[in-house]
Amino acid sequence: MIELRGIRRTFVVGDQEVRALRDVDLSIGYGEYVSIMGPSGSGKSTLLNVLGLLDRPDAGSYRLEGHDVTALGDAEQARVRRERIGFVFQFFHLVSYLTAEENVELPLVLAGVPPAERRDRVAASLRDMGLANRAHHRPDQLSGGQRQRVAIARATVTRPAMLLADEPTGNLDRSSGSDVIAILEQLRDAGLTLIVVTHDGEVGERAQRRVRMTDGNVVGDESAA
Amino acid sequence: MRTADTLRTAVRALLRHRARSGLMLLAMAIGVAAVVTLTALGESARQYVASEFTSLGTELLIVSPGRSETRGAGVFFGDTTRDLTLDDAIALLRSPAVSRIAPLVVGTTLASTGSLQREVPLVGTTAEFLELRRWKLAQGRFLSPGDPERAENVCVIGAKVRRELYGPRPFLGEWLRIADRRCRVVGLLATEGRSVGMDADQVVVLPVAIAQDLLDEPSLARILVETRGRDRLPQAQRDVVDILRERHQGEEDVTVVSQAAVLATFDRVLASLTYTLAGIAGVSLAVAGILVMNVMLVSVAQRTAEIGLLKALGAPRRQILAGFLTEAGLLSACGGLVGLAVGWAGSLLIGSFYPVLTVRPPLWAVLAAFATALGTGLVFGTLPARRAAALDPVHALARR
Repeated sequence: MIELRGIRRTFVVGDQEVRALRDVDLSIGYGEYVSIMGPSGSGKSTLLNVLGLLDRPDAGSYRLEGHDVTALGDAEQARVRRERIGFVFQFFHLVSYLTAEENVELPLVLAGVPPAERRDRVAASLRDMGLANRAHHRPDQLSGGQRQRVAIARATVTRPAMLLADEPTGNLDRSSGSDVIAILEQLRDAGLTLIVVTHDGEVGERAQRRVRMTDGNVVGDESAA
Repeated sequence: MRTADTLRTAVRALLRHRARSGLMLLAMAIGVAAVVTLTALGESARQYVASEFTSLGTELLIVSPGRSETRGAGVFFGDTTRDLTLDDAIALLRSPAVSRIAPLVVGTTLASTGSLQREVPLVGTTAEFLELRRWKLAQGRFLSPGDPERAENVCVIGAKVRRELYGPRPFLGEWLRIADRRCRVVGLLATEGRSVGMDADQVVVLPVAIAQDLLDEPSLARILVETRGRDRLPQAQRDVVDILRERHQGEEDVTVVSQAAVLATFDRVLASLTYTLAGIAGVSLAVAGILVMNVMLVSVAQRTAEIGLLKALGAPRRQILAGFLTEAGLLSACGGLVGLAVGWAGSLLIGSFYPVLTVRPPLWAVLAAFATALGTGLVFGTLPARRAAALDPVHALARR
């Protein structure tokens, strides 16, 4: 599903060049559960941004579902993000003045889905996350675990092919963190490709495949039996 | 994204920052209201002057003594060199292009009935004057037609003169003492209000010969010349000048101005005044535009994370751009509408202070003000919107 070849990404910070990704090659198949681990500054977040088409690599090719997506223009990349990719962030990134329901609805609004269909899909999605009775609450009226579940509902309501999670438990206590992981794993069991970036070893070890990064290089790639 | 959703989202974003949106709306409204009110004022002045002149008839020529090189202004400030006599006036009828004339003597004198006395502007003229000036009679008759040299002792008075000198008493057929003469009142003018320098309800109109005698004024102040249709105006003007030059020993010492020429000059001056006012008011619209830009830049900075999120969720640049431009457009349109309402109300208010003016903003100014408000909002909204669209989602989302 995902094929990265020679992906390179360099940032200029001040007068220094930071090589966040140095010729990364990586292939990920449909329905895989991959964790990307490494210390901070190892390039794992940059890798996730490249995978999510939020960042463009300076060199290399990225084929997603058989198409070269690095060459796509802004509008086409946005469409791929809208239709094929779901994001879950460490800081949730819910819109503070919208209710849980409206936050989940947002990607459908952007995709131009008619209101009636939006209502049904949002309701179903919130129900799946166990948030049916929280639909009209604003983020500041929800617990951290609930907020992340709203964010997951938002990421999956468009039925994407893959879910990119950046430290999804980084801002949660242990019990809500494990709830969130459990939900992500259920989604994976339903066929979603799940890629989790984390520096929490316990979270990372749960994945069948663990990619380890240091200084912009993939240094380990092991699959559990 | 559906258009309805784009609009709804924009309205929501605007309503979330009421104070900010309110200020931008106010700035736009003030700009539009200023344009509407000031152009209404300028336009009403132009129309007022135009209607005043048209009420005199555009096929009219006005002859005044004295040569003036400045067209237009000479009607009022020409130097008197040689008298313009009643015979001069009668001689003008020799021109085939001239249909009627009305000589005019003006002055001020005392008029009294019994113990009541008042100072009145005097107009000495002939029977033709009524129709040439398009004045109307309320009661009685005007001066008798006939030889202007032979005059009867009669007068026609304005409404105010009648009120102040006769009150509710009958006045038709009564004597009115004017300076040292007595004249019988034969008519009452219906025309009221000022009309090109003459207040019809205050005047006393006398036969020209009597007025000349009374005022001891051998020269006419004006001769109104009616031509046979507008197309014969130039010929009439040439004839008048020729006849008077011949009568004045070859000297061209009169000023002949056509009503149409004066009107055209005033029209030009007042139209440019209106445009100037509109331009000055337009500056306030530009200022409003800059305010919109500033406030929107702040708004973009505050909503960085939200914009980054929208991009991550699959909003292309174009959509972010459209979203912010919709906000700017909505705000400008609302501000424009409020401004139109305020400007309209302001025009009506000013109109109520000056009943002779019909203070109405011209349609072009209304449309132009609204379009300028909308255009300014969109133009000045473009920079912030582009900045928002160009935001890097990685950076935007990195911040909490």
